[in-house]
Amino acid sequence: MIILFNRKIDTIPMNIIFHIGRYFSLMFKTLRKPEKLRIYLKQVMAEIDSIGLNSVGIVAIVSVFMGAVLTIQMAINLVNPLIPKYLIGLSVRETMILEFSSTVICLILAGRVGSNIASEIGTMRITEQIDALEMMGVNSPGYLILPKIIAAIITFPLINLLSIFLGIIGGYALTLITGIVPMPDYLYGLHYYFIPFYVTYSIVKMIVFAIIITSVSAYHGYYTHGGALEVGRSSTRAVVYSIILVLFFDLVLTQLLLT
Amino acid sequence: MIKVSNISKSFRGKQVLFDISAEFNPGQVSQIIGKSGSGKTVLLKSIVGLHDINVGEVWYGDCEYSKADFSVRRAIRQEMGLVFQGGALFTSLTVEENVMLPLNMFSPLSKKEKLERVNFCLNRVDIKNANKLFPAEISGGMQKRVAIARAIVLNPKYLFCDEPNSGLDPQTSIVIDNLIRELTLEYNITTVINTHDMNSIMEIGDQIIFIYEGKNWWQGTKNDIFSSGNIELNNFVFASKLYQKIKNVAQ
Repeated sequence: MIILFNRKIDTIPMNIIFHIGRYFSLMFKTLRKPEKLRIYLKQVMAEIDSIGLNSVGIVAIVSVFMGAVLTIQMAINLVNPLIPKYLIGLSVRETMILEFSSTVICLILAGRVGSNIASEIGTMRITEQIDALEMMGVNSPGYLILPKIIAAIITFPLINLLSIFLGIIGGYALTLITGIVPMPDYLYGLHYYFIPFYVTYSIVKMIVFAIIITSVSAYHGYYTHGGALEVGRSSTRAVVYSIILVLFFDLVLTQLLLT
Repeated sequence: MIKVSNISKSFRGKQVLFDISAEFNPGQVSQIIGKSGSGKTVLLKSIVGLHDINVGEVWYGDCEYSKADFSVRRAIRQEMGLVFQGGALFTSLTVEENVMLPLNMFSPLSKKEKLERVNFCLNRVDIKNANKLFPAEISGGMQKRVAIARAIVLNPKYLFCDEPNSGLDPQTSIVIDNLIRELTLEYNITTVINTHDMNSIMEIGDQIIFIYEGKNWWQGTKNDIFSSGNIELNNFVFASKLYQKIKNVAQ
């Protein structure tokens, strides 16, 4: 029993070190000079469509509704007559910029984009398509992973800005329809004490999360072994680890950039 | 010429290949035969560098491929074509795009010239009017032929095929065997085929290597098989009554 326990202790750190080492080794290969830049640019454009534009719909729906829900929740909680009503608009704006449009949207994207990347690359692995690329002399991590990372770095900040805008619009539309907050107060709150650095902070977070989600998901897909069942497992692992790392780096970046 | 010297390979402590040596010459079809699970695919993937070998050497001409760095391996790989067991065509690309990918990556040809080369290779493997179809829209035999077209599009010096006849009907198998044989002779390619298809062995094999439990158990020509007293080889090759009769007639 003691031996088994010790073995478990030994293997967990070794496993973590093994995966970290293999992840950075893969990233090193990913960043090698592309064989033909034009082909990679074409791939980046295709990935912008797949990773970015195809995510706009879900991000837009979630952002509008969350903006509206945030407005209602703020309105029903800030009922003290001493608290000015414009704080509702201010809270919605700050919540959308600081946390929702970066972190929460990235958790959604980890599910949508991460599982997509892991299953796509995992399927290519088990059907020997990656081996076929290697056999042609193509640097398969560079060809498959680098365009996804670049596409995510380009599109995620734009999605972030769109989400902030739509969240605020959601709250505005709800205010307009229900009158739960006086419109001038809501608008005053949106403009009140705006700190531009918060948008920078949100974009920086989004860029870091873009790298995490695409690279971690690609890592899990790239090292898939076995059959269809393993592709599913890789996809699940990709989403879980992406989410954990997004939350961890959210904490780290917030500590570094806002304190 | 490809030279394999004393290679061994193990996965997580389980040894799959034991001290295998062989030579493969240009203009010849060399066939690696053996039962399923004997280590044929591992040997082929070790020769092409998809598996790193534990012990031994793999030489392509004067270059020790097994110890070469990334850029040298990449250069040699551009001289190789590999037809995978399942075809390994890129499912998101059309037939034409699949065959054109190596050209797009490594060839300085113009778009028109690339298209001409693609059509030439597709015609060579008898694929017509399928350029714009996706792999899922064509038959297994056609997929194998497209995979061969992709493998030869860069005029390889070395052609490797992993069970090119698996899952195909006898007629299509013969077509593919003949095609590989013709290409080998036409372009003086060093061809290595993994197979356990007896027809293929008897039809196109110039050199046969029999792998048994991960070891190079027997080596010779297809004619030598009939006179061989190797029990494991005889049990494998003449497993069917038909081939036993053929052996009796030959003897």
